[in-house]
Amino acid sequence: MSADQFLQYLISGLTMGSIYALVGLGFTIIYAVTRIINFAQGEFVMLGGMLSFTLAVSAGLPLAPAIILSVLIAAVIGAIMYLFAIRPARNASVVSLIIITIGVAIFIRGIAGVGWGVDFVRPPYWTGSESIRFFGAYIHPQALWIIGTTLAVKVLLHFFLSYTMVGKALKACAINPRAAGLVGINAKTMALIAFVLAAAIGGIGGAVMAPLTLTSYNVGVMLGLKGFVAASIGGFKSPIAAVIGGFTLGIIESLSVGLDWGPFTSAYKDVIALVVLLLILLLWSGRLAEEERAG
Amino acid sequence: MLAMVKSHWTLLATAALLLFLILIPFDWFLGQYTTLMIFIGISAIVTVGLCLLMGYTGQVSLGQAAFYGLGAYFSAVLSKTYSVNPWLAMLIAAAATGFFAYVIGFPIFRLRGNYLAMATLGLGLIMWILFRQLSQITGGPDGMSGIPYLSIGGFVFDTSFKRYFLVWFFCLATLFMSQNIVRSRSGRALRAIHGSEAAAESIGINATHFKVKIFVLSAVYASLAGSLLAHHLRFVSPQSFDFLASVRFVVMAVIGGLASVWGAIFGAGTTRILSDELLLGFGEWDVVIYGAILVVVMIFMPEGLFVKLKELLDRWRQRYTQRETEP
Repeated sequence: MSADQFLQYLISGLTMGSIYALVGLGFTIIYAVTRIINFAQGEFVMLGGMLSFTLAVSAGLPLAPAIILSVLIAAVIGAIMYLFAIRPARNASVVSLIIITIGVAIFIRGIAGVGWGVDFVRPPYWTGSESIRFFGAYIHPQALWIIGTTLAVKVLLHFFLSYTMVGKALKACAINPRAAGLVGINAKTMALIAFVLAAAIGGIGGAVMAPLTLTSYNVGVMLGLKGFVAASIGGFKSPIAAVIGGFTLGIIESLSVGLDWGPFTSAYKDVIALVVLLLILLLWSGRLAEEERAG
Repeated sequence: MLAMVKSHWTLLATAALLLFLILIPFDWFLGQYTTLMIFIGISAIVTVGLCLLMGYTGQVSLGQAAFYGLGAYFSAVLSKTYSVNPWLAMLIAAAATGFFAYVIGFPIFRLRGNYLAMATLGLGLIMWILFRQLSQITGGPDGMSGIPYLSIGGFVFDTSFKRYFLVWFFCLATLFMSQNIVRSRSGRALRAIHGSEAAAESIGINATHFKVKIFVLSAVYASLAGSLLAHHLRFVSPQSFDFLASVRFVVMAVIGGLASVWGAIFGAGTTRILSDELLLGFGEWDVVIYGAILVVVMIFMPEGLFVKLKELLDRWRQRYTQRETEP
């Protein structure tokens, strides 16, 4: 592998990694505030992409409002999910909550399949499609959008969590729900905000990636899983950890496809993410077990 | 006196139920449902393993379809490609799948809750991708056909009618075996672990050891069911073993109620009837309704439909007997 090729794989790794990071951010936010792993997280990514296609191409809206509107719709669906599926299930066990979020995922995916059909679609590029030369490699403008959006979301999220009252309340809830309750923070409201935030971030990820990767009604499953891997590499600890986790996974995947050793063709790309997931989980099992006991 | 009447009734009910099961595949009774019943029986075998795992260790497996698929593919490849006797193939499949579960069980069961769920999910997906990608062995996404029937001596299980009895024999056998395990020393140990792992370990129960044991048992059950599926359909394809398949088994176990072994048949039955019969009328909306039902059942009956029905029945019976003893 030449240096140029390496750079090329690095760039595509960073691009995919950004998407994983956005999904991972959603997982981390919901988990931190509610201790729920939201198996429907990938569906919000799917919704962001499919909605932006429908609004921008089928409905003929200008691109910017179409994107903003699809993110808003995804956020509203996140709120509906919390209010009608998560909140009524008070005191539910981990297993029940897992099944509930899977049920929601199946529900959303089912409606998407009926409404949009099974074909892959491609919303328009945000800006041009002419690749930009970057040292010996090329970057697609949309890839720049993807990486840039991820970084922007991360920075905005940081300011939101650190400098606004609601953001600080969310943080407090994540650190110690009981203490947060004692100072008058409503855990249910915070959980609602977490779901809305996670759904919106997923929607943004879906909208920005779809022009480059294409999208269909069932991309949510794999993206959700990759995002979860990103979040677990980050240990579900903090947003920045999830972003680093996403980049790491994207680069590992991209390089392993580039290496092309032995029987491992690109078809096994998804296996690599899964093996990384298992390794991470097992290596950190001791720590994770302690946290679960404490939380 | 009351106890005797009650045991009488239980015996009678069991006999009636058994008679009902035997009569189902006859054409003049419910013959048109024979195939559905075969699938219910096969699903129930997987489900009872999952019931034991989830109900008695409190841990969920979202990758049970991996073991189901391993059983099916081992049976298919050995009996078709290598012309191994189907029964021997079935045995090898169960042993290999059980060994696989044993090897991965120890590291995986250091996890719990959400993390264990994700690890098993990952495992299930890895196996699913392998079933699809190792096309030289498995036939790839198109699957493989022409798997031989099972047979005893000259008696070939070549009709659904015959296979119905074969499948339900295995199904009831696994249920009885599981019932015995629940009532054995191991069963009590598992219940103790479910109650409090720390307390169980303090009285000398090796929690991880028992969890892995039950995990291996559930894998062997799933493998057995997979083998039966392969020899029933004479065809296997990766679609039967995807993530949704794993979720379906979890749903069956939950609807059947995790606390009861017999609930497995109920869970497998209702879920299969729902998805194979009732939802067919809804066309492509079936998945949507399925998802909605999952959420609703989990919100309102987290302990399962079977347990809920049993509760209602008990309450009704109590009122009935009370009225009778009131002179």
